[in-house]
Amino acid sequence: MIVAEQKKLDELKTLIGEAEKVLVLGCGTCVTVCFAGGAREAAIVASSLRMATKLNGDDKAISDATVQRQCEWEYLDQVAEQIKDIDVVLSLGCGIGVQAIAERFPQAWVVPGLNTTFLGLPEEQGVWVERCAACGDCILGLTGGICPIARCSKSLLNGPCGGSEDGHCEINLDIPCAWQLIYDRLQSMDRLDMLLEVRPPKNWRTSRDGGPRKIVRPDLRLTEEEA
Amino acid sequence: MEKQLEQVKENTNGYLAGSNLEKVLCAGHFAATGELGPPQSADGEVIRKKAALLRGFVDAVNLTDNQTAIVRMSSIGAGTILVQEGLEPIIQMTCRDRNRLAIQSDLLGAYALGMRNLLCLTGDHQTFGNHPGSKNVFDMDSVQMVQMVAEMRDKKVFQCGDAFKGQEPRFFVGAAESPFAGPVEFRPYRLAKKIRAGANFVQTQLIFDVPAFDKFMQKVRELGLHKQAFILAGVGPLKSPAMARHMKENVPGILLPDELVQRMNAAGAPWAGKKLEEMSKEEKKARMDAFKEEGIKICIETIQQLRQIEGVAGVHIMAIEWEEAIKPIVQGAGLYPRPVL
Repeated sequence: MIVAEQKKLDELKTLIGEAEKVLVLGCGTCVTVCFAGGAREAAIVASSLRMATKLNGDDKAISDATVQRQCEWEYLDQVAEQIKDIDVVLSLGCGIGVQAIAERFPQAWVVPGLNTTFLGLPEEQGVWVERCAACGDCILGLTGGICPIARCSKSLLNGPCGGSEDGHCEINLDIPCAWQLIYDRLQSMDRLDMLLEVRPPKNWRTSRDGGPRKIVRPDLRLTEEEA
Repeated sequence: MEKQLEQVKENTNGYLAGSNLEKVLCAGHFAATGELGPPQSADGEVIRKKAALLRGFVDAVNLTDNQTAIVRMSSIGAGTILVQEGLEPIIQMTCRDRNRLAIQSDLLGAYALGMRNLLCLTGDHQTFGNHPGSKNVFDMDSVQMVQMVAEMRDKKVFQCGDAFKGQEPRFFVGAAESPFAGPVEFRPYRLAKKIRAGANFVQTQLIFDVPAFDKFMQKVRELGLHKQAFILAGVGPLKSPAMARHMKENVPGILLPDELVQRMNAAGAPWAGKKLEEMSKEEKKARMDAFKEEGIKICIETIQQLRQIEGVAGVHIMAIEWEEAIKPIVQGAGLYPRPVL
């Protein structure tokens, strides 16, 4: 899932600025699961902002709502009427949600309430870790299901650098060395020979380096009549 | 060296690149390379001064590439000055700061400027350095870089496969290995990959624990790697007990036996129990000199032990910001004068 974390209250206040009517808009999918921007967080952020702006003698009308997914038009359209009357939408969706709002409601001013951080999973309660870099050309079949693009600090493809020690990465004791993990896993599966092959440079065109990406599925597209 | 002789022989009298380092190694001499850290400034005089300390004592000199991710004069810029000074550079190139376009174009320039040795490195992560907010590159890794530059030379093609229309860059290609970094059991195989990718010589991380390195070399010999590339063991003089402790505790891939920390401590015994602020300037200097003398002595002993290990073709002496130490180390280890070929 997409993992995000909330911006600090001070930054949210700055982003809202002079606006009088504010809608804090939560999202019911990824950011709900990571406790950053669901209905509960939207209510808390709205209430914190009400208190903070009231203390400054600036009584704003701050409401909150949450849609199932900010990244799909059909869900966003459910708040179309509400948004019409608003000075600023503070989106607690990921960066996709913020942009979807800007695109669907060209007259609305939208600002981000979250920092979209990574694609990952909760390793344990309250701890989320990155797992995928969405490089567009998955190599997990070569590395025992552990991604060196996302999890090695240098995205190396031919084994660890010289900074791997006692199982952790040189940049931080809290970061496991991805290549140590890959080595251990392939060893446990008796597949260490997979590490001996020299892997060629990656074609990064499928990643962000090839420019903004797009998938078109002709089999799923609507015909002119259907649309 | 079998592999060397089989390879391309045109333009370079049968050598791959024809560098002094390649000739010294191919002639069977025990090689000695040094290292020079370019300044954090545009002052070429710094390079010239350091070059004077190294001239005649080493076969070639590594020029670091923004080591520890701190911006310094480029290795190729500093290498150009070294060529002017009559010393032979080994250009270091990391994967951190350049993509495959930049690496190749810089190497074309480096070759045109007279550089013939290249050491391909992954590079320290930029969060260590003085621009931690910078974007890193890592378009390719060090194994892939080795392969790319070897193929530029041997197949006369760019990484994309396009053929050179003019002179191809012909480098004596080096790789690094850190024998004690993790996973330790994989390190000889990682070295094998680099050699398979085309590395002609190898320089290792600093070795202080010779018996542990001997074990690594045993595996290297089992894999036959010492017959496919020249392996230069990394050594360096300790400057103080504090440096010894720092290396032991903080630098990944360095094994430093307690005995060496104790020897460094013992060198300061005459001043033991004295606080730094109680010591006169002369005493401080005398103590520092005693530490340095012991550090050089340990380094010389280490070289002599490494020389006994089958498959060790030379030493790479890293005395960064202490280039004065190279002369006594090379002389003390019986490696002076250097062969003139």
